[in-house]
Amino acid sequence: MDFFDRFAVPHPSLAIYASMAAIGLTVIAVFAGLTYFKKWGYLWREWLTTVDHKRIGIMYLLSALLMLFRGGVDAIMMRAQLAVPENTLLDAQHYNEIFTTHGIVMILFMAMPFIMFFMNFVVPLQIGARDVAFPRLNALSFWLFFMGAMLFNISFVVGGSPDAGWTSYFPLAGTEFSKSVGSNYYMIAIQIAGIGTLMTGINFITTILKMRAPGMTLMKMPMFTWSALIANVIIVFAFPVLAVLLAMGTLDRQIGTHFFTMDNGGMDMLWANIFWVWGHPEVYILILPAFGIYSEVISTFARRNLYGYKSMVGSMVLISLLSFFVWLHHFFTMGQGALTNSIFSITTMAIAVPTGVKIFNWLLTLRKGKIVFTTPMLYSMLFIPLFTLGGVTGVMLGMSAADYQYHNTMFLVAHFHNVIIPGVVYAMLAGLHYYWPKMFGFMLNEKIGKWTAWLLSIGFVLAFMPMYISGLDGQARRMYTYSEAAGFGAMNMISFVGAAIMAIGFVLIVYNIYYSTRYETRDISNDPWDARTLEWSTHTPVPEYNFAILPEVRSNEALWDAKKNGHVLFKGEYEKIHMPNNSGIPFIMSCIFFVWGFSFIFSLWIPVILTTIGIFICMALRSFEQDHGRYISVKEIEETETNLRGA
Amino acid sequence: MSQLFPMKQVLGFVFSILLTTVALAVYFLDMSFAAGMTILLVTAFIQAGLQLVVFMHAGETKDKGAIYTNVFYGLIIALVTVFGTLLAMIWDM
Repeated sequence: MDFFDRFAVPHPSLAIYASMAAIGLTVIAVFAGLTYFKKWGYLWREWLTTVDHKRIGIMYLLSALLMLFRGGVDAIMMRAQLAVPENTLLDAQHYNEIFTTHGIVMILFMAMPFIMFFMNFVVPLQIGARDVAFPRLNALSFWLFFMGAMLFNISFVVGGSPDAGWTSYFPLAGTEFSKSVGSNYYMIAIQIAGIGTLMTGINFITTILKMRAPGMTLMKMPMFTWSALIANVIIVFAFPVLAVLLAMGTLDRQIGTHFFTMDNGGMDMLWANIFWVWGHPEVYILILPAFGIYSEVISTFARRNLYGYKSMVGSMVLISLLSFFVWLHHFFTMGQGALTNSIFSITTMAIAVPTGVKIFNWLLTLRKGKIVFTTPMLYSMLFIPLFTLGGVTGVMLGMSAADYQYHNTMFLVAHFHNVIIPGVVYAMLAGLHYYWPKMFGFMLNEKIGKWTAWLLSIGFVLAFMPMYISGLDGQARRMYTYSEAAGFGAMNMISFVGAAIMAIGFVLIVYNIYYSTRYETRDISNDPWDARTLEWSTHTPVPEYNFAILPEVRSNEALWDAKKNGHVLFKGEYEKIHMPNNSGIPFIMSCIFFVWGFSFIFSLWIPVILTTIGIFICMALRSFEQDHGRYISVKEIEETETNLRGA
Repeated sequence: MSQLFPMKQVLGFVFSILLTTVALAVYFLDMSFAAGMTILLVTAFIQAGLQLVVFMHAGETKDKGAIYTNVFYGLIIALVTVFGTLLAMIWDM
């Protein structure tokens, strides 16, 4: 029995046993349903082995939505625990595990795949390409991310969740203070997902640099493609740092090295330092594509070209460089001298300049525009004031002397939620509503969508503004309870109410998807928003080859040129189209990675060796495989095009 | 003759051997830590540049602009990361 003891949850409770039962029942239901409806073959042929960027994008979206609810439940539990003083809903250990997983799930397994969804679905369409540069690598990226996320998510029912915060600072996360396998899950699961992200970075830089439609020079790319390019450059430079850091953490925890220990020559603050060398650029990996989506949405619904295109690009390039120069502001209070703190204070505040340029460009795009208030536009309009508020408190935190007052208080928590929720989450929701018709052939209901946007915003303000106040009053973050005499009770109660309203908002999104699937009309054009860029010039639903004839482009608003200035996008005859074949290897290899990760977490070395061999066999199979893809004949293209035009 | 004899590569090879010898001399000669470290860093960076340009053909195709931009971008980030870390963790503690 000793062998099986390691898989037990070290700190069980009724909720965890209930989750175990729920997970077990869901898995059984999914398997039974697939067998009953005979969908295994469909699942394998159409989804598990697909290399189509649109389908991979949709799978990213589904994972992101799933993880949004997992992270959201964590958030509600935290707010409920803190709603009243000396609450006993959660104990200290559970609270630690929940704030840790909330952070990781929301950043790495919700926001990242959401970004990946947009990049996968939109970028090839927007640049007039037929797929990404390396379609099979793209599938591998997705499955590695997915397996990493699943591995992380089983932690709380098998062996225990990580509990050292989403930053997982050593020495706290070292074996001395975190004895359970929870932090091993952190190291290995994020490592696997991170490898996938790094591959995506390389894939999309190549796609954007090499596969643009004829005539689309770099300065004629749509703004979302630019933001995706810059974000991927940051990914390629930042994610290797994370990979090395997690490897060092794994060595410290499982092999007995002393990188981050307090004795034997370790440097106890080195983890925090390297973590933020990756962690700060990561913030910009999330926010830049979000900015790209806002640029698309705002210029579409202001019915104007984007103001200051060149300065938008310039500010993003500057942000990408500056994002590597500011990491130290996450630990101003570590004890280094005033000189170091001053340098990093200045670089931090410098980032506010290009960000401000972008805000003003959006405002000037709106000026004299014929603004249409659709749901995506409403999210964008709510984003500008709320995000600016978060930006301003960011400058406050950037002042190193003042930071001693704010550091690790609820003020900081309020700040980063204030930039991430209106900045990233609103962009994701705006983009979801905006691109939904292109994906599924019907619009999401506008009325429910607007209700959701307002509910989320009201909930957001109620949930996070009180944290600024209680933070300045001294409420520390990650504290699982507080005494009545501390006087934080009222503020935290308001926060809980706000969080509950936000929860209703997120449930409404699901209801909207359900409602629109049943009742919204399928009779929509290829371009229901009257948009300006190439992704709206092809059919809805998008055929697998995207464009029957590759478009020719002469400005950053190719479709607008075609609609208003008589520009001809598609010249010439149909030719046979070369497409990549589906492959099961990415999925199988990622499954092996999952077993590898699980074995590594529990230090089961023999399965680790076997699965490592398995991974290399998969790579060798790929290397020796002769696969030249397939051709779609002109006849097939004609049939597809006629069908889609008739619909 | 010039097509048959790769003068640039041969000279590059000789120069890289020379750089290696200079770096190796730090071990055999008795000098201060600072002086030794300076020699090692300088020779290492020249060596890396030499390898990129002469033997990895960095400047010989039409995308050399992209290659050099990439190298410099990476170099700047690496230097800022290393020196920023040294400053925060050691020099200014």
